[in-house]
Amino acid sequence: MTSRTEGREMTIDAAVLERHGVTRDEYRRIVELMGREPYLTELGMFSVMWSEHCSYKSSRVHLKTLPTDGERVLQGPGENAGAVDVGDGLAAVFKIESHNHPSFIEPYQGAATGVGGIIRDIFTMGARPVALLDSLRFGAIDRPPTRRLVKGVVAGIGGYGNSIGIPTVGGEVMFDESYGGNPLVNVFCLGVARHDAIVKGVASGVGNPVYYVGAKTGRDGIHGATMASAEFDEKSAEKRPAVQVGDPFMEKLLLEACLEVMKTDAVVGVQDMGAAGLTCATSETGSRGGVGVEIDVTLVPQRETGMTPYEIMLSESQERMLLIVRRGREAEVERIFEKWDLHAVRIGEVTADGMLRVRAGGEVVAEMPNRALTDEAPVYRRPMREPAGHDERRRIPSDALGVVLPPQDVFLQLLASPTVASKRWVFEQYDHMVRTNTIAAAGAAAGVIRLKGTRRALAMSVDGNGRFCLLDPRHGAALAVAEAARNVACSGATPIAATNCLNFGNPERPEIMWQFAEAVAGIGEACRALGTPITGGNVSLYNETDGQSVLPTPVIGIVGLLEDASAVRTRVFPAAGLDVVLFGENLGELGGSEYLKTMHRLVRGMPPALDLARERALQALVVRLIGEGRLASAHDCAEGGLAVTLAECCFESGGVGAAVDVPAAPSDGGVDTVIATLFGESASRVVAAVAPGDVAAVLEAATAAGVPARRIGRTGGDRIVIAVDGARAIDCALGEAETRWATSLAHWMEGRAA
Amino acid sequence: MKARVFVTLKPSVFDPQGHTIAEALHSLGYGAVADVRQGKYFELDLDVESREAAEKLAAEVSDRVLANPVIESFRVELS
Amino acid sequence: MTFAVVVFPGSNCDHDAYHAIKHVLGEDAVFVWHKETSLHGADVVLLPGGFSHGDYLRTGAIARFSPVMRAVEDAARAGTPVLGICNGFQVLLECGLLPGAMLRNRDLKFHCEFVHVRVERTDTPFTRAAREGQVLRLPIAHGDGNYWAPPETLDALERGGQVVFRYATAAGEVTDEANPNGSVHGIAGICNEARNVVGLMPHPERACETAVGSDDGLVVLRSVLGTMAGDGALEAASR
Repeated sequence: MTSRTEGREMTIDAAVLERHGVTRDEYRRIVELMGREPYLTELGMFSVMWSEHCSYKSSRVHLKTLPTDGERVLQGPGENAGAVDVGDGLAAVFKIESHNHPSFIEPYQGAATGVGGIIRDIFTMGARPVALLDSLRFGAIDRPPTRRLVKGVVAGIGGYGNSIGIPTVGGEVMFDESYGGNPLVNVFCLGVARHDAIVKGVASGVGNPVYYVGAKTGRDGIHGATMASAEFDEKSAEKRPAVQVGDPFMEKLLLEACLEVMKTDAVVGVQDMGAAGLTCATSETGSRGGVGVEIDVTLVPQRETGMTPYEIMLSESQERMLLIVRRGREAEVERIFEKWDLHAVRIGEVTADGMLRVRAGGEVVAEMPNRALTDEAPVYRRPMREPAGHDERRRIPSDALGVVLPPQDVFLQLLASPTVASKRWVFEQYDHMVRTNTIAAAGAAAGVIRLKGTRRALAMSVDGNGRFCLLDPRHGAALAVAEAARNVACSGATPIAATNCLNFGNPERPEIMWQFAEAVAGIGEACRALGTPITGGNVSLYNETDGQSVLPTPVIGIVGLLEDASAVRTRVFPAAGLDVVLFGENLGELGGSEYLKTMHRLVRGMPPALDLARERALQALVVRLIGEGRLASAHDCAEGGLAVTLAECCFESGGVGAAVDVPAAPSDGGVDTVIATLFGESASRVVAAVAPGDVAAVLEAATAAGVPARRIGRTGGDRIVIAVDGARAIDCALGEAETRWATSLAHWMEGRAA
Repeated sequence: MKARVFVTLKPSVFDPQGHTIAEALHSLGYGAVADVRQGKYFELDLDVESREAAEKLAAEVSDRVLANPVIESFRVELS
Repeated sequence: MTFAVVVFPGSNCDHDAYHAIKHVLGEDAVFVWHKETSLHGADVVLLPGGFSHGDYLRTGAIARFSPVMRAVEDAARAGTPVLGICNGFQVLLECGLLPGAMLRNRDLKFHCEFVHVRVERTDTPFTRAAREGQVLRLPIAHGDGNYWAPPETLDALERGGQVVFRYATAAGEVTDEANPNGSVHGIAGICNEARNVVGLMPHPERACETAVGSDDGLVVLRSVLGTMAGDGALEAASR
């Protein structure tokens, strides 16, 4: 086997294949599709396009089962982002993406470029990005390496998002040892566009010029597979940056210029260059359009000297866009970019033969059918097997629990635990107000932004729970969907669509593949039941170190529509003298709970039961009641259970405490019933504040909707008092509890225990 | 011709970054590092004929753009 | 009354200012691109917040050389009210229309939160509708808001009554805890000697509607209504 790269002979042998992550079978397939052996540059292009990240080869068969249709869906999976109708001729364009591995290597830049990447996916569709959310998972916070990651990632997200002027309006941050060597950095972005302004990543029109605009191409992000043949030595290694460095200023210019260009109809297709850079952008736009694309790499703006076609095609330099321009409109496009001090350069054109043809000056250095890189990528049906010990884990070993602390002590400890504690330390580093659309932000459960020029608002939330998914992937994933949708409903918005980021370990291990398939099934079930089709998303596999995988962590992003922005609600009790109503049933389920993990260092039991019909009814009820103005606040019950939820309703209220009395829940696995009642994480529950005059109507509406509901107490006073069957279990000063909760993360980050 | 420009905060200006770095070094056991001031370093590639011209150009560019004279001073080195 | 909202590459809060002026205040606003050399006869000039030129080199350091700044400097000299918000304030400092400089926040972190500022002087075009000592709840969002000036400059500012806003508690006390970034003397905003150019780090344009958290910022924009170019000089004369 021989190949040519700039005239030098390079043998493709087993070592070369391995360095490219291409299996023997895949290589055979490549040869079949091309009708010959590939040149090294071509092998490189296949290796990135057929990588897990770009081709979804291990996950496609499962992802195909997800619900993607709905009357509001304008664009489902397959494009740069999904789009749904939100009324007034407007569309919400959104997606979630991961940047896990780079964030471990270089936390700041890894997170920053993750933000940059997802933002590009949105504006490449012609939508102005207006909100960001991020879902972050780190290892044990008491370890300095974890803190270093947290600081870097948060600074990177802030550094990029703030600079480009898009508000980060919410998210989640969780800590668990399993993420120690593999942090999860999932970033969600949402933009708004008029329906008719949406531009797709499709190349069309034979003879239309292909343009490149943005940063110059360098050797960023080319993995160890770079083969500059005999030139590959120590000096070459020095030339290659391992990590991509983001430039939010460049991206801001690109964003404004591209949106301006897309307003004219001079472009027929736009795609950003992200993973697999130029190779991906050209082959995907060509494939979608059923056309060919021919480019000349010598025309590609380069910021380093001596770059080979291999390097140019595989580079993942940031902030670059590919545009398919209408022939004859080139001057117009170039002029708009010049205004923003950007140079749009013609690098090729659309052809009729369906081939991706790469020239270096006069010589063809790579050539293959577009579809060979995209649609013809391998699809694997990997073996799956339920993990050993799976059943064992689903029982809570009540005899092995050890000392059970008094509920009040547990309460204060949970409030100070890193996953539960206030994340203000994090989100104050993000500009959550720029663009003056944010009407409910960080700290509220869902981020809500108004749509100026309409009466509406969009609510969004990202949620996941790796522990639930470890114990029961199908169920845990469904619970994640339910929780995200419930958060959105608690702001008063109807959930209308979803996106997912699936973070798992090595799919070549049957146990991991089983977790993945089960999780996808769970997501599908829940999305169907709740009416939130999946419009796109991301899969991140191989999140493991030394055979230790992260907890299987599907993260779900849900978008909701609030018809009347002025009706928005947050989690905070707005005043004293209101009644507290609990919707849903307190079943005292402790499986996979924060309580078990924080107090007993256990991840055991069954995740809470989920009745999707009940969940749907609850969400619809909450949305309706908020719309009618009958709920003064609403907060869903999640980590830490009812006690933590109630406390969170009192925090940041300006000193409004609460006193409630709840019936004891059934005991779970022999654990003390009071503990189970207070800290159980049963699904489908919401705590709301209701004006006394509205309580009767609220309870009646709940009964009619088949949703359990009961008045459990009153807001007011300066204490948090929770009784179970009349016996006080928690009675503490609001100030003390709030201080613990509010200052804990800062203490943890400074290396002090809370 | 190559010029190097070192831009540093004036002594009277509090340097929170330098201070934080010094604290971090102390907590790592480098008590002998009494103080740290953080500055900026620029490498200029100048298209001029003489060393005098290079010094003059570098100084002008530094004074006008690279340094903020209210809070920073600079020093030019020619290679 | 027409406001010129200058837009530099990297400005982000230009649209927020435009919205506040046009849709909340009900006045006219035009965007002026940084390459333009005329302010279109606007009555008020506003330099908005954001990250002009990515904040590379120093905040505002490159924007100050934009062609439009000539026109801004001319307008300032002629007494036109000029308001610099956040990055806009930084640009005014870099070009010398206001004295002093900005440093990184003392805790090295970016801060996005609501703070309180006390209005120290009501004899500027942007505070004449406020009361002396009035406390405004305004958002900040910056990583480099630590105002510094050499001792003589600081002295002159204080003696000349050029400190217009100071960070304070909700009760109006200027304390260290209330200071989010370490600015000397708790300075949140200042004006020039002629009193027509005002710069402040907090964002009044983000606090013009209760829907987004506070409308205390309206008083800053409302103050300038009715002020014509040249009044700034009159203010200084009658001080």
